Amino acid sequence: MADTLQHSVDERPTPPVIEPGHTFASVTDTISNIVLTRRTSIGWFLGFLIAFILLMVLNLTIGKLLLTGIGIWGNNVPVGWAFDIINFVWWIGIGHAGTLISAILLLFRQQWRTSINRFAEAMTLFAVACAAMFPLLHTGRPWLAIYWLFPYPNTMGLWPQFRSPLIWDVFAVSTYGTVSALFWFVGLVPDLATLRDRADSKVKKMIFGVLSLGWRGSARHWHRYETAYLLLAGLSTPLVLSVHTVVSFDFAVSQVPGWHATIFPPYFVAGAIYSGFAMVMTLAIPMRKAYGLEGFITMRHIHNMTKVMLATGMIVAYGYANEAFFAWYSANPYEEYMMANRMGGPYGTFYWSLIAINAAMIQLFWFRKVRDNVALLFVLSLLVNVGMWLERFVIIVTSLHRDFLPSSWDMFYPTRWDWGMYAGTIGLFMALFFLFIRFLPAISIFEMRTIVPEAKLRTEHHG
Amino acid sequence: MAHVHDVPAAHGLMAEFDNPTALVEAANRARLQGYTQMDAYSPMPIPELDAALGIKKTKLPLIVLTGGILGGLGGYSLEYWSSVIAYPMVIGGRPFHSWPQFIPVTFETTILGAALSAVIGMFVLNQLPQPYHPVFNVPEFARASRDRFFLCIESTDPRYDREATRTFLDGLHPLGVSEVAS
Repeated sequence: MADTLQHSVDERPTPPVIEPGHTFASVTDTISNIVLTRRTSIGWFLGFLIAFILLMVLNLTIGKLLLTGIGIWGNNVPVGWAFDIINFVWWIGIGHAGTLISAILLLFRQQWRTSINRFAEAMTLFAVACAAMFPLLHTGRPWLAIYWLFPYPNTMGLWPQFRSPLIWDVFAVSTYGTVSALFWFVGLVPDLATLRDRADSKVKKMIFGVLSLGWRGSARHWHRYETAYLLLAGLSTPLVLSVHTVVSFDFAVSQVPGWHATIFPPYFVAGAIYSGFAMVMTLAIPMRKAYGLEGFITMRHIHNMTKVMLATGMIVAYGYANEAFFAWYSANPYEEYMMANRMGGPYGTFYWSLIAINAAMIQLFWFRKVRDNVALLFVLSLLVNVGMWLERFVIIVTSLHRDFLPSSWDMFYPTRWDWGMYAGTIGLFMALFFLFIRFLPAISIFEMRTIVPEAKLRTEHHG
Repeated sequence: MAHVHDVPAAHGLMAEFDNPTALVEAANRARLQGYTQMDAYSPMPIPELDAALGIKKTKLPLIVLTGGILGGLGGYSLEYWSSVIAYPMVIGGRPFHSWPQFIPVTFETTILGAALSAVIGMFVLNQLPQPYHPVFNVPEFARASRDRFFLCIESTDPRYDREATRTFLDGLHPLGVSEVAS
């Protein structure tokens, strides 16, 4: 039985990482024409319009917040941390897939990363920008946040508290943002040179010329470039693992039941990669369709991303089981109550919804029929994003709202400003992404050239 | 006087190829011919060119290591100085010098130092940004970032001779040979 099953699976061919028949020229033209010559479609304008409206919602909520203060949010005394940290963790997590694809898969020489790394890295940058906004605005007066967050000599002689995970977070996230931006820009330079050389107008030539720094594709330059790229990948790999580890320390270092758990770092990192891949799918599926990039982002990519989601999703599901087990095994009444309250308390529906998505629904990814159904995968990946948001909501709100002292228990209800800011950052993210696919090559052109058949050197002895 | 020679100063001679194999072969032949001052241009990295052109291994890894060590030392010193000397505060009864809690920031600044030196080091060693370079004077060179491969023997090469070098490059069966104005 197992044998025949195995056999039937093997008979189906693995889709290629790039559609056959592509050449240096066709790869270059297909990708650069999106930026240079193709007419901007109505769909792009419609999408950007939606994003822009949401972006204006963000402006409005930030304006209101700065004028009134963070009292406009639903945060209260036991739940002092709510949407601001839920959304922060959600966005930061989403960013992690970009680095995983660009760095870790590069080190493992996974060729399929080539056509998705550029826009996944862009996604990382935009997600980090959205994430950083929440803790910054939670300070209420972000213009003062600079001395609360960063160590610099100020007239008050104050220095940040380095024993606090919150300051570790500042360093982790700002380093992550910086390194991701560097990695992304370094990857873009040769492609910007391509755009410079192919641009038809003087203005475009000028802009891309300045941005490409005079790159000319010299062999000596490529040699150092490849070394730098590989080293950056090697540095980003531990960095990305450290970022969500540090984010999980924000919780795990405290003593709140439901937060104080040693499983948090690996569980958070797996959750980050899982949600990040869901976001890459959410972006890749419409993009490849709209721009006819099915030859570059093939079914191979869709399959592999689904498998990564399945694997990391299972680690996350293991994390849920582990949390429940230790709540019981610890024999600590606070831990036990936390778990009972999570499952059967007022937020129980949220808990069971996240289990339904992150533990049960992802089992569909085992089936090739599901992995082949792109439209269904789009819906499922959106659901995974929802599931991971719910996970953060449950971890944060259910742990805080009923802690040690029943007299201080309370409920948390988000206000419209909470929702407005969340929706607003989705608008910012979408707006940046729409601008990115319109004005920069969304797929790394020079790396695509290395995987076309022509790139393979012919040996001197033919046949 | 310096400009006695009336020959227009050229940057060199450049041969154009349409595939990476031909470029690597050309570079190998040029090296064997004794040329040393030359460079190859391609739309994507070709590792085989390193040996063909005799490119020495870059010092970049050493720069990155130094940057990382300095970043780590800097981060830890900052934490030590601000928590022990400048602003000592008892937090949760922990010692001023709580080294285990200084590790995450030290780790991050190590990565930051190393990554910044990797990027800045790469651009500085490559002498980029460079607003002008003679190779761009050749109109065909615009395709060096698309699907063409170029080998340029520079006029500073001791074996460079306008006629002889052109004959040599023609012998490599390129798509064309152009003189690069400097």
